[in-house]
Amino acid sequence: MSANLLAIFYLISGALFILALRGLSSPETSRRGNLFGILGMIIAITVTFLSIGNFSIGFIYVSIFLLVGGSIGAFIAYKIPMTAMPELVAGFHSLVGLAAVFVAISAFLNPQVFNLGLPGDIKLSSLIEMSIGAAIGAITFSGSVIAFLKLRGIMSGSPIIFRWQHYINLLLALSIIVLIFYLCKTQSDSIFWKIIVISFLLGVLLIIPIGGADMPVVISMLNSYSGWAAAGIGFTLENTALIITGALVGSSGAILSYIMCKGMNRSFFNVILGGFGGTDSTLQKNRNKKPVKSGNAEDAAFLMKNASSVIIVPGYGMAVAQAQHALKEMADNLKKNGVKVSYAVHPVAGRMPGHMNVLLAEANVPYDEVFEQENINNDFASTDVAFVIGANDVTNPAAKTDPQSPIYGMPILDVEKSKSVLFVKRSLSPGYAGIDNELFYRDNTLMLFSDAKKMTEEIVKNFN
Amino acid sequence: MEIDPIIFRLSIFVLSIFVGYYVVWSVTPSLHTPLMSVTNAISSVIIVGAIIAGLSGDIKSIFDTSNMFGFLAIFLAAINIFGGFLVTQRMLQMYKKKKKNK
Repeated sequence: MSANLLAIFYLISGALFILALRGLSSPETSRRGNLFGILGMIIAITVTFLSIGNFSIGFIYVSIFLLVGGSIGAFIAYKIPMTAMPELVAGFHSLVGLAAVFVAISAFLNPQVFNLGLPGDIKLSSLIEMSIGAAIGAITFSGSVIAFLKLRGIMSGSPIIFRWQHYINLLLALSIIVLIFYLCKTQSDSIFWKIIVISFLLGVLLIIPIGGADMPVVISMLNSYSGWAAAGIGFTLENTALIITGALVGSSGAILSYIMCKGMNRSFFNVILGGFGGTDSTLQKNRNKKPVKSGNAEDAAFLMKNASSVIIVPGYGMAVAQAQHALKEMADNLKKNGVKVSYAVHPVAGRMPGHMNVLLAEANVPYDEVFEQENINNDFASTDVAFVIGANDVTNPAAKTDPQSPIYGMPILDVEKSKSVLFVKRSLSPGYAGIDNELFYRDNTLMLFSDAKKMTEEIVKNFN
Repeated sequence: MEIDPIIFRLSIFVLSIFVGYYVVWSVTPSLHTPLMSVTNAISSVIIVGAIIAGLSGDIKSIFDTSNMFGFLAIFLAAINIFGGFLVTQRMLQMYKKKKKNK
């Protein structure tokens, strides 16, 4: 196959990837979009095989590794529970990162295969591209591994902070740049390995100071990095499909990070520098002073059954308790009684962008009952009951009223405007931001202290 | 005067960033999780580089370091490609329009 024809096929597969993302603009077109993506991938892989004309022993090994990896991937995709999606995505990011590192190493050791020159005499531009690709890939890998461990609960979600942390990171980043410069001058193997090792270290150090609930930003950011790494390798291999994809994924991750940061009213740097989420010293005082109304499932069932409209506000607690199916049953019961039910999803609810939407979709909640913040916030004022399940900070009115609060300015769901508020929560403990929620102490708030799933199931029982 | 081909690739790259910017902004927020898993899958097109590296060897050189790294990269990228597309498909199946209960 001629090089030109090959390049045209790669271009086609790049275009198909654009269509794959375009399909996600609505749930109806999304499945067809995914098929475009799969088609693009099949084209890219097939023409790559065809481009190597002669049958060699490598062919067999390549197929074996492809099939083994593919089966493992397919197995994971079918087995993984929807609640584990954030970890899965973090894990997948780490694989893209590591694959980029390996391809870069391979190209560095054996450049003639990719027409990049000879070992020790690699084209300058290729050398720069592959070392940038390798460095970003390595950062993506080790950073994603840390994110995975935090999301999985193997590592504590609380920030790890030490002195001079940010200066050390800055120093490491600068040393990577300096080493790339020297690599270009000397073409030395040992410098290439040093760049990769330092990048692995930098990835770890970048993510450890970031707390659990900031993971939506971290995951999006690593998504973006994996794209830039792919683009770097794409330049090295002179492959259009890879360059287009890298740019798409890179900008996709960047936009998601931006949306997540806006959802918390924090700057990107504030999140990345980490250490957010302390404890409020006034918390203990308040708790002893203020009375809290707590209720049981019977009260909650009574309130909701007699309401004409209910808005459900899910949060991370719903995901942890896997309460989405029970919640759907509760909503179905309410609808049978003529109650209007809708769901309000905050952009940063959960541990990754769109986390709540996926869980609700899994429980068969029709997606046209699920609303984004800006589309539903005005409805709270005319709503009888707001049912907050596993969310806290995103409902805290302090974001609007208290300029001292760490979450001041964050756009929140106006649950306080509804006639009564039900909070399903394990205890009065503060949310991630470590601040008290005055909503707990209001007269029209009823606290339901229990596991989210258990409480929801009990409420359903009490309907009958 | 001839233009270095790298400039053409740079043009593709820059224009793709713009395409990505507009396409991603039009993704509905409720599909942000499938967006992440599908971007994962497509960025694994890096496998083409790994395949070239893996296919380059003959019987004598098949277990060279460079080839081995190629094979490992194929393995990792294949997990991602199959895993990423299938899990996306599985999620998107759940977003089918449901009949309203009255």
